[in-house]
Amino acid sequence: MGIEKTQVEYLASLARIELSEDELELFSGQLEKIVGYVEKLNELDLENVPPTSHTQNLKNVLREDTPKKGLTKDEALALAPDRQGDYFRVPRVIESD
Amino acid sequence: MGLVAWVAQNTSLVFCFFANISFDGAAFRLLFSRTRASKSYCHFAGLLLNSGAGTSFLRKGNQTFHVEERLKDVCRLGISDLSSLIARGGLSAVQAAETAIERAQSNQTELNAFVSIDEKGALARAEALDSLGVDARAGMKLFGVPIAVKDNICVKGGRTTCGSQMLQRFVSPFDATVVRNLTDAGAVIIGKTNLDEFAMGSSTETSCFGPTRNPHDTSRSCGGSSGGSAAAVASFCAPCALGTDTGGSIRQPASFCGVLGLKPTYGLVSRYGLVAFAPSFDQIGPITRDVKDAALLLSVLAGHDPLDATSVDRPVEEYSRLLDDDVAEIKVGVIGEHIEAEGLTPAVKSTMNDALKALQDIGASISQVSLPSLEYAVAIYYVLGTAETSSNMLRYDGVRYGHRASGFSDLADMYRKTRGEGFSREVKRRIILGTFVLSMGYYDAYYERAQRARTLVMRDFDIAFEGVDVLVGPTSPQQAFMIGEKVDDPLLMYLSDIFTIPANLAGLPAVSLPFGKDADGLPIGVQLIGKPFDEARMLRLANALMKRNCSS
Amino acid sequence: MVLQPVIGIEVHVQLLTESKVFCSCSTQFGAEPNSNTCPVCLGLPGVLPVLNKKVVELAVKAALALNCEITRRSQFARKNYFYPDLTKGFQITQFDLPIATNGYIDVDVSENGGEAKTKRIRINRLHIEEDSGKSLHGEALNVEGTSLIDFNRCGVPLVEIVTEPDIESPEQARQYLLKLKTIMQYCGISDCNMEEGSLRCDANISLRNEDGSLGTRCEIKNLNSFRFAKRAIEYEMRRQAEVLEAGEKVKQATYGFNAATGKTFMMRTKEESQDYRYFPEPDLVFLEVDDDRIEATRKMMPELPDAKRERLTKQYRIPKYDAMVLSTSQEIADYFEKCASLHPNGKAVSNWVMGSVLGLLKERNIGIADCPVSPTRLAELLNLVADGKISGKIAKDVFEQIVETGKSPEAIVSEQNLGTVSDESAIADIIREVADKRPDLVAKLQSGKLNVLGFFVGQVMKRTKGQADPQIVNQIIRKVLLKE
Repeated sequence: MGIEKTQVEYLASLARIELSEDELELFSGQLEKIVGYVEKLNELDLENVPPTSHTQNLKNVLREDTPKKGLTKDEALALAPDRQGDYFRVPRVIESD
Repeated sequence: MGLVAWVAQNTSLVFCFFANISFDGAAFRLLFSRTRASKSYCHFAGLLLNSGAGTSFLRKGNQTFHVEERLKDVCRLGISDLSSLIARGGLSAVQAAETAIERAQSNQTELNAFVSIDEKGALARAEALDSLGVDARAGMKLFGVPIAVKDNICVKGGRTTCGSQMLQRFVSPFDATVVRNLTDAGAVIIGKTNLDEFAMGSSTETSCFGPTRNPHDTSRSCGGSSGGSAAAVASFCAPCALGTDTGGSIRQPASFCGVLGLKPTYGLVSRYGLVAFAPSFDQIGPITRDVKDAALLLSVLAGHDPLDATSVDRPVEEYSRLLDDDVAEIKVGVIGEHIEAEGLTPAVKSTMNDALKALQDIGASISQVSLPSLEYAVAIYYVLGTAETSSNMLRYDGVRYGHRASGFSDLADMYRKTRGEGFSREVKRRIILGTFVLSMGYYDAYYERAQRARTLVMRDFDIAFEGVDVLVGPTSPQQAFMIGEKVDDPLLMYLSDIFTIPANLAGLPAVSLPFGKDADGLPIGVQLIGKPFDEARMLRLANALMKRNCSS
Repeated sequence: MVLQPVIGIEVHVQLLTESKVFCSCSTQFGAEPNSNTCPVCLGLPGVLPVLNKKVVELAVKAALALNCEITRRSQFARKNYFYPDLTKGFQITQFDLPIATNGYIDVDVSENGGEAKTKRIRINRLHIEEDSGKSLHGEALNVEGTSLIDFNRCGVPLVEIVTEPDIESPEQARQYLLKLKTIMQYCGISDCNMEEGSLRCDANISLRNEDGSLGTRCEIKNLNSFRFAKRAIEYEMRRQAEVLEAGEKVKQATYGFNAATGKTFMMRTKEESQDYRYFPEPDLVFLEVDDDRIEATRKMMPELPDAKRERLTKQYRIPKYDAMVLSTSQEIADYFEKCASLHPNGKAVSNWVMGSVLGLLKERNIGIADCPVSPTRLAELLNLVADGKISGKIAKDVFEQIVETGKSPEAIVSEQNLGTVSDESAIADIIREVADKRPDLVAKLQSGKLNVLGFFVGQVMKRTKGQADPQIVNQIIRKVLLKE
């Protein structure tokens, strides 16, 4: 299947990335090509093949419930692009964001 | 002809120096002479190795030593030799660090291998090492050894940019576990190397700091994404470096730059502090000039880390210990799908033939194996890898750290602009693709199919490894391509990882060995793939193979 | 037209751990903003999550307490979305393989004052996930146009418990929440402190159409008290019914509840709903819970409220209702049992605990742990009554005095001479005095009119200031005046 420009726009909105008109054009063409290539996978009979999400079959890797001091609030906030007092500051949160 | 020999032959240095070597209390005065002849360089290295303990040359006031040559030599020594040389006072850690930093700085304009060179930090660290007593130095495997670290690995206090505008000024408040391991072993980090943005690429061209150039031909790509690390080692800016490998990002640039690149088994080396690209594939590994160095460095990097749930809890092996053992009983499988693949350049083909002949020469038993599912490896990788990427990149939102756009109208606009500006095209392209394969209605058709196909690839490897111990094939279908050649054709670029991706899909250890060169002198690598956690055997074979190549 | 509501509830319960679910930051409430953070919970580049062992223990406990099936091999997933208080752009949660499924809670509901009926509410799933940070906004904070974020909560461990749409009324919803809270507290899974946000709930409501089919569902988010939950559901039912009565269709949407106005308000419609792009979390490995683990946990489980209620009813011969009230909290039940072990009359104990003790706690807004009257003191008091040493009426005063002074009931009674007058000759003297003044009534009594007995008892009680035991007084009157 191909990827329409409107679909790239939708995906960009899900990913919260502003794309220029040029990028939208470019990506829809390129993604179409890449997705076309990926459709090779349809050749495979995978019905009874389980999915793999990890190559090492590890289980139950757990840590003790012991609190440790992480960063100080100043260390944490030192990285912030914008702050107010002890808080990180962003434009007002509106639900549909 | 091996790398070391090549290096010796292609550097037009002829130098002599006197050295005082004190060995077991006795002082020797030796004259080393070095000529264009490769054998004598090997001899030089051998002598150092044999003299082992107590080497103390390069003394202050030794007027016969030419400073320039000394500087070059430090970065040419094997890291084990260099470490013992410094630990025993034959050279100070500060001198070693200065040497590497000078080389790195002087090559920067031409190669752009580094994103940042930490002269101040490295020298302070080296001074601290120099002030340590004999007891404290014991057991530090990399005492005073300068090392370059790829800039997607966090080093506390300095910038960790991932080659991205998004993190151009980001300073990590913590050290990656591998960085701690290096520091504990006495290594001195001289700087952070260039990479494709967030390690997404195969050419080190997508970095916001511009491309790194191939030391063998500066119009060509150094490969990627660990191109800066490969170029730094190839150009003797450091004796070794760390790279990261998600789909071949250590091995392919190693192949392009004529150095050795090792991707360990998934879970052997902690990923804590590695800025994630695709977490189920990412591994950190060494880039060095020979197998012995890679083995030593791996034994420092490896080990269980409670901060990484995917890190495997098993005792660390001394990979260097059995490197020289016999390889006759090792059964080698030649990957039919790779050696007969379309698009191999003649030089790659002929290098592969040389490699197979060398394997025969060293007595390994060889058979051809078939892994039919490898045909799908690139497709699987680009579905799963971009899916994981699209999620890992979500945290770069301009709220807590990193770039934040200016001139936005509201929160949603801040996100869109910040991410639109902060990421380059390649990263955006992969985020969009990854978002697509995970989105409602497409998950089953793409993401889950690819996960199932990944199982087939693992099964094919399992079957192959029932009959053989190590698999062999080319690292890349071609030698280093021109800078700009593929950057506008993502699919073509993605396909250049065709031989390296399978090991990441199955989490297997794999190494690219510098094995040949084309008529223009461009290096060509040979890839070995081992069973899970069977690095020791894979490296033993690699060592025998490289030695054979060196002597032939 | 009364349409039957169909209600499902999602509850987020904060687990009682010392540290966060995927990093070692403290979970302590009320710390300075952004002081309980680290690279992991701030989602810095390069960090990885590692699951807290205690979280698994508590989640398994919760699953067993809610009669769930434990998933032998569960997995974590990423739920991807943007929100400034979410540090990684995804929440680590469980999706297609939650740690537990298919449980239930039985609740007793009495609708409109009718007899209580037991209703089983099925639990669809229980899964582990991480909490997000807290956004503050509002002009009061002097942050007009901006929001301020505190990440202390980010990464605090939660279990989400989702019911089937089995709930049929707002009162059932409230009872379900109360019962769930009791169970969580019993097992030490959560403190369920709603003011601190350790229990939060969302409700899904639809109305069943006349033909029996299900109507469109709306969700109300962030109901932060059980009372609000009930009111919000009531409001939402009315709202949906009005929409339907007007001949319109209910639109699928997410609502908030404004406690001040008592109304729900729309937050987003379905069209705006998110595509969360769930996929398995590659940084975490499978979570396996085997039979041994389940059995070991089962052995450590405390007696649950239903079982306790049954036992209290039988063991102390108290009404089911009393047992239910007493078992709403493990501490109250313990108090009752301690007291009942020192005093034989279970019903008397339950009356006192449910009346005086709980009343006192409510009046002072304290927990039973801080009750100034210990169960031993209360038993001593009840024993004095049972032995006839003081009357029930005096006992109430003595209880008050124990509260005030902390003294033992014996001490209070003897110091203030509150003991029952049980000296027969003294009472007989009083009776004779009264009889001398009212010979008319003595005659009546002696002629068989026993209804005047009350007068004499009353007079004696009056003169003894209530300290005489009326039954004994009665006997003595009969002895003195009727020669029985």
